[in-house]
Amino acid sequence: MRHPAPIGPSAKALGIVGCAVCGQLNRCATREEHYCSRCGATLHARKPRSMARTTALTLTAALLYVPANLYPVLETETLSGTEGHTILAGIVELWQDGSWLLATLVFFASIFVPLLKLTALGLLIFTVRTGRPWHVREQTGVYRLIEFVGRWSMLDVYVVSILVALVHWRTLETVHPGTGSLAFAAVVVLTMLATRAFDPRLLWDVAREARA
Amino acid sequence: MSEPGENPLQDIPEALVHPRHRFALPLIWILPLVAAVIGAWIAIHAILDRGPEIHIVFQNADGIEAGKTPLRYRSVDVGQVRSMTLTPDHRSVIVTAQMSRGTESLLASDSRFWVVRPRIATGGISGLGTLLSGSYIGLDIGHSDERSKEFQGLETPPVIASDVPGREFILHADSLGSLTDGSPLYFRHLPVGDVTHFELDPDGHGVTVAVFVQSPYDRFVTRDTRFWHASGIDVALDAGGLRLQTESIATIIAGGIAFETPTVSTQLPPAGARTEFRMADNRDAAMKSPDEQANRYVLYFKGSLRGLAVGSPVDLNGVEVGEVRSISIEYDPVHQDFKFPVEINVYAERIRARYLPGSARPDAEGMRSYRFVERLIEHGFRGQLRTASLLTGQQYVALDFFPSAPRVTSDPTKVPMLLPSIPGGLDELATTLSDIARKINAVPIERIGADTDRTLVQLKETLESANRLVTRFEHDVTPELAATISEARKAMATADHALAADSPLQENLQETLRQLAGAAESLRALADYLDQHPESLLRGKAKDDR
Repeated sequence: MRHPAPIGPSAKALGIVGCAVCGQLNRCATREEHYCSRCGATLHARKPRSMARTTALTLTAALLYVPANLYPVLETETLSGTEGHTILAGIVELWQDGSWLLATLVFFASIFVPLLKLTALGLLIFTVRTGRPWHVREQTGVYRLIEFVGRWSMLDVYVVSILVALVHWRTLETVHPGTGSLAFAAVVVLTMLATRAFDPRLLWDVAREARA
Repeated sequence: MSEPGENPLQDIPEALVHPRHRFALPLIWILPLVAAVIGAWIAIHAILDRGPEIHIVFQNADGIEAGKTPLRYRSVDVGQVRSMTLTPDHRSVIVTAQMSRGTESLLASDSRFWVVRPRIATGGISGLGTLLSGSYIGLDIGHSDERSKEFQGLETPPVIASDVPGREFILHADSLGSLTDGSPLYFRHLPVGDVTHFELDPDGHGVTVAVFVQSPYDRFVTRDTRFWHASGIDVALDAGGLRLQTESIATIIAGGIAFETPTVSTQLPPAGARTEFRMADNRDAAMKSPDEQANRYVLYFKGSLRGLAVGSPVDLNGVEVGEVRSISIEYDPVHQDFKFPVEINVYAERIRARYLPGSARPDAEGMRSYRFVERLIEHGFRGQLRTASLLTGQQYVALDFFPSAPRVTSDPTKVPMLLPSIPGGLDELATTLSDIARKINAVPIERIGADTDRTLVQLKETLESANRLVTRFEHDVTPELAATISEARKAMATADHALAADSPLQENLQETLRQLAGAAESLRALADYLDQHPESLLRGKAKDDR
């Protein structure tokens, strides 16, 4: 096992806030709103309203995750009429066709990763909100992972937009983005925003408070 | 960072402070709220959008895909197939479909469902669009007020949608011909309807065909309307000659039915829906007067019945009044003989119907009665087999009066009544010829030949013996004969001499004869006298009487 993570004094605890714009350190003694003594930008010891934003965005993403999977991401309009394709049905179809690798890839990119991000964000929010530090260092690792992986979930959306642009044969076959793709894109964007809004320093604040 | 060792944190300037004055609205929370509202709305919408779930039983689920195959009414999606399961006995498939909201009114208990697939039939090609789009389940709304969720799917699409105005009629026929579902129905060569359904009668003796006549043509169907097969080409070669009849090019391939109402019956009110009719094989048969009052007669003909068939006409002076009903063979065990009864139907109604307009109609009962025919038979009413066409050898039964026919009586109480027959023209000729032939045949030519032969032999023998006799006669008799003749000549000469005029025999004889003549004269005088004076026999001869 690794040695326990050292928990030293934080800048916030010392009453020092670095300017996010010019890097100037400022002393903020009170809980009032501070401005950088050098450039005048607003100073924040932690990301402003980080928890509220993260929670709200994650919640929205989780809500949208449901229609993103239930509703078709792609609607093909052929002679037979309009037919919708959901992500799950597409994966099942690929799997049945024998394209296991592709099916697995789509499953990871479109189902598993968004779910992972939502779960991870939920865990981070839970830790901070309850103030119970639990594997804080691993949680920080998770945060880095979801921050890295975030944009790759947009692959589906790209594919859909390319298809819509390319397949446009008037009466023969036309492809529309479905409701699902909008929800899916929203999920990806919202989770990215949630990840951005989250301040990992809060985790260590929790750990420090728990130690104290 | 001015001096080393000094705490750099000491140089950190104080941040500028503004009193916190505004209350920051947690706007970010609107986001999940909106998402939740949208989600809830979608969910509610999805639940509300669901109509009833129905089950349709099909023979097979060919072309149906769970989750894809839609249910369509007038090309509008009204539902979708959710799943398919086999029935417990594995004989059919239960298709479960999720209907859209507001489709309850489509689900009348007699609504019909069928799978629309590409179909190629003689009547045309349908469902071609489904080649690309895949099958769908078609729906036709029923009229019932009852609602149902369990349906029996049709294997073939219904020919007529239930909302098409018109009427359905039931036809009974001997065979289906080339008819099929959707075969057209013609009225004066105008397509006015279709065959909607057909089935074999339960007893297997015929077929029942349901036809649908579209409005407004359905009003031309009355109780007296006649239906007939218009399928293909109707070529008939019968006693009437060669006839060829077709309805339209389409019917030659696809078959069809035609109907017509006899002009005298057009005043009748339109027939009700599902009225039953009899379908004839062709127009002629159909347009015949109804044959309910058929009188049955049986005839026995002497000659060959070849050329006479069931259905051959029975005519009265060239007017068809009936037809041959059956031809059979009877064995008479008493006379050890075969008889060939020809049973005929005579439609008395036709005779009545053809009475001159304006004249008093004999009542139908009278016309129909067999007693009437009995009287006719007494007047020489007979059946005769005649040849309609020498080319084809077709025969028909002619009814006619033969006043010279031998008197025959027939029992009018027997059914079928016996109608005496008389040999026909050709028939009679043939009979006479055959009689002559039979007589010629009866002459024992062989025996005559043999006898003649024998006679000739005997004649020859006789001649030979005669010859022998003559020869012998010549040898033995002739010399004696010569002697005899010379002696006879001598005798003759003697006789001649004796009888010569100057011979004493002759003179004596002449004297004698002369005296005899005188005696005869005296005798005659005596006789005359006696005749005039018979009394002289008693009194003697009167003196000087004269």
